[in-house]
Formats: sequence, C-alpha cells, structure tokens
Amino acid sequence: MDLSALILADSRFPGGGHVHSGGLEEVVSRRLVTAVRDLPGFLSGRLRTAGALAAVFAAASAHAAARSVASGHWALVDAELDARTPSLAQREASRAQGRGTARAGRIAWPSPVLDALLAETPRPHHPVVLGALVGVAGGSPYDAAMAVAYLAVSGPASAAVRLLGLDPFAVNAVVARLDLESVCSEAAAVAGDDPASLPSPGSPALDLFAEAHARHHQEEVRLFAS
Amino acid sequence: MPAEHGHGHFHEVNFDPTAAEPDHYDAAPTAGRAYRIGIGGPVGSGKTALTAALCRALGDEVNLAVVTNDIYTTEDADFLRRAGVLDPARIEAVQTGACPHTAIRDDITANLDAVERLEEKFPGLDLVIIESGGDNLTAVFSRGLADSQIFVVDVAGGDKVPRKGGPGVTTADLLVINKIDIAHLVNADMTVMTSDAHRMRGELPVITQSLVDTPDAPAVAAWVRSLL
Repeated sequence: MDLSALILADSRFPGGGHVHSGGLEEVVSRRLVTAVRDLPGFLSGRLRTAGALAAVFAAASAHAAARSVASGHWALVDAELDARTPSLAQREASRAQGRGTARAGRIAWPSPVLDALLAETPRPHHPVVLGALVGVAGGSPYDAAMAVAYLAVSGPASAAVRLLGLDPFAVNAVVARLDLESVCSEAAAVAGDDPASLPSPGSPALDLFAEAHARHHQEEVRLFAS
Repeated sequence: MPAEHGHGHFHEVNFDPTAAEPDHYDAAPTAGRAYRIGIGGPVGSGKTALTAALCRALGDEVNLAVVTNDIYTTEDADFLRRAGVLDPARIEAVQTGACPHTAIRDDITANLDAVERLEEKFPGLDLVIIESGGDNLTAVFSRGLADSQIFVVDVAGGDKVPRKGGPGVTTADLLVINKIDIAHLVNADMTVMTSDAHRMRGELPVITQSLVDTPDAPAVAAWVRSLL
C-alpha cells in the first residue's frame, strides 16, 4: 500500500468522513441493524455495491492521474459517477467528502493534476479526488480502490459502535473478515477503461435509506450527515 | 546547537539535520475573511445562551453569522432562530457524527464548509461564531477553525471545575464562568472558582457572568469587540 492510500484511509485523516455513517444510522433507526450479528450482511452488501462503485472510480481516477489525461476528462468521470449514483443525498454526501478530501489533499499532495481536477469539478466526488491523490502520489489503482473500499465499510462500522455501543473488538473483527481484495482487484482490472464503460454496481436499498435519512433530518434527531 | 532552517528564526533543537525547508505551517492571515470565534464548554453550561446574547449585543453593529454543532442536529440553531436574535438564514447547523470534539478539533471539514457557505451567502461578514456541541474539559477548537475561543463553564457543574483544568480551562482565550446568580443555590464558592481559574490560566482573562442579571453579556461582548 502506498503511504498516500494509508493516510487517506485512516480515520484520523481530516477529510470530513467522520460525520457520515454510510446509511448505518438510518438502518439502526429502523431496527434493521441492532447487534454485531447484523453487521456482516450490511457491511458486505455495502462493500459489494456502493463500495465497489467507489473502488471502480477511485482506481480509474488513480490511473488517470498517473497518465496525462486531456482537458475535460475529470468532468467526464464526474458525470459518469453522478449517473451511477441515483440518490441525491448520496451524491451530496460524496461531494461533501470529496471537497473535504481535496481541502486536506491539496496541502499534502499539491499537483497540477489536482488543480486541473478541481478547476473542472470544484466539488469533486470523493472516490474521484481520493483516487487522483493516490495516483499523484505514486500509488496504484489497486491502492486507491482499497482506500475507498475500506472507507465504505469502516465508516459505517465506526458509526455502529457509536450509535449502538457495540463491542468494538467484535465490530473490528467483522471488518477484518470482509473480502476487499476481490472488489479491488476487479476495480483495478478496468481502471484504464473508457469511463463510460465502467461497471455500475448499485444498491436500491442503500439509495432509498440515504434519501430517507436526508428527509428525517427535518423531523427527528440525526447525529450523522448521511 | 540552534538550527536555522530558512525562515528567519532559530530552533533550540533540530530533530532533522537534513531539514532545510521553509515552514509551511505558519498561521494563515485572517485578512480577507470573517473573524472566527469558537464557543466551547460542557453540556448545559450556557453556550447557546451566550451565543444568543452576543447576537443581541453585536448584531446591529457587526455583520455576523453563527454555526452550531449540536448533538440534536438543529436544537441550538432552532433556539437561536426562535429567539429572533439573528436572521435565520445566518445560522448554519452541522452534524458531528456523535463526535463533537472531532468536528471542532481533529477534523474541522464540516465546520469549515459551513463557515464558507455563510461567507458566500453574506459577503463582507465580519464575524462567525462557531458554537461547539457540549463536550468535556479537553475539547478545544483547532486553530485552523477558530481565531479565538471562549470556554464556558457554569457554577452548577461544581466549583472544582476550574482547578480540574484541561485544555479548555487552561488554554482558551477567554474563560467564562456562567450562571453566577445561582451559585449560592448549588453551594458553589465563587471566590474558589475565580481564584482557581486565575491560578490555572495565568494571564489569560476570566469573566464571571449571569445572563439573568445581564442578558446581553456586556463583558464578553466588549471582549469580542476588542478582537474585531
């Protein structure tokens, strides 16, 4: 793993990730997740859908940052990820974290590539800017995919500990048993493809939970932004 | 052996003899953006009431806005809006993911976004007050988020709070001891509280106040004016 990918995947990285639960808060409020035994299914499902999509676009962005892409490429990648993210709430959560990652990342890994990305997409999607930063720093598409795939499950896992008071050792063990490698290998394998032909895994349930979470902000206590 | 490393001052100890880099981490100038004051302190100490009082005291003379970090998402923002002390559009609430201290200290992203949204909406802002979620005595604002910070404790928390210390009490630019009108009801010895506070804080200022007796927080408002 490249150091950049480790830093970006670290929960201590100041990129704004700690206020997002990846849908976990909504499923907790609906009592769909109540104990550690419910987490493997939720996290594995999230990994293989939202996590896989993030991994694909992070890998593609790392690949693009490492080769010199033509003007307009980042706007194209942004539009392709938008098209694969039907939930407005999820698009906003992704862009909020993307902007936060860019804020910290442009100080840590300044580069003309990042400047070009931010000129085309001032509020970039999280996987795109994270992948670009890893690519700029010399990491591989697989490293970038690992970082975002890990964040896709570590965020909800941490939120589960905070919201339900679950045993942190048991939750950590659930995360440790997830199969990130195959998701990330598949993402890395298509990293150089035309963005329009990239895979589009999705989870209608997570999309709907994200929308419901955003609506409930108006009505009841919500600790997480998404 | 002092080491000079290219930005005009010497360090007593140089941990890295290969370092000849200028210091990229000098504090950013505050010119060209609103001044940011953080208000932190334990739950129920009176942070929102002080924020409302400052809005009342300063709202007519200073172009200001507020960011709240409440656990109940919009409880404090709603209180401020209902209090009618500020145009509701000038109040932003952020969610802190069950970690109020993280949002003001370790990962200030959500708060910076809220501050920047307000600055875009209201060009020429002079002051943004960032009210922390209620937390513990160690919760202080990052210097990357707040230019100055006020730490609010209250007499009902016990008169030993100042001597318990922690970064909030010892390092905040201003310590406010709140609700002094009820000190006698909760057996808080104000002499002990203020002398402990001064002992813990050295030269840093301490203000005791009651928003029942002085609803517009005149002493704190004067301190804020002195910064702008």
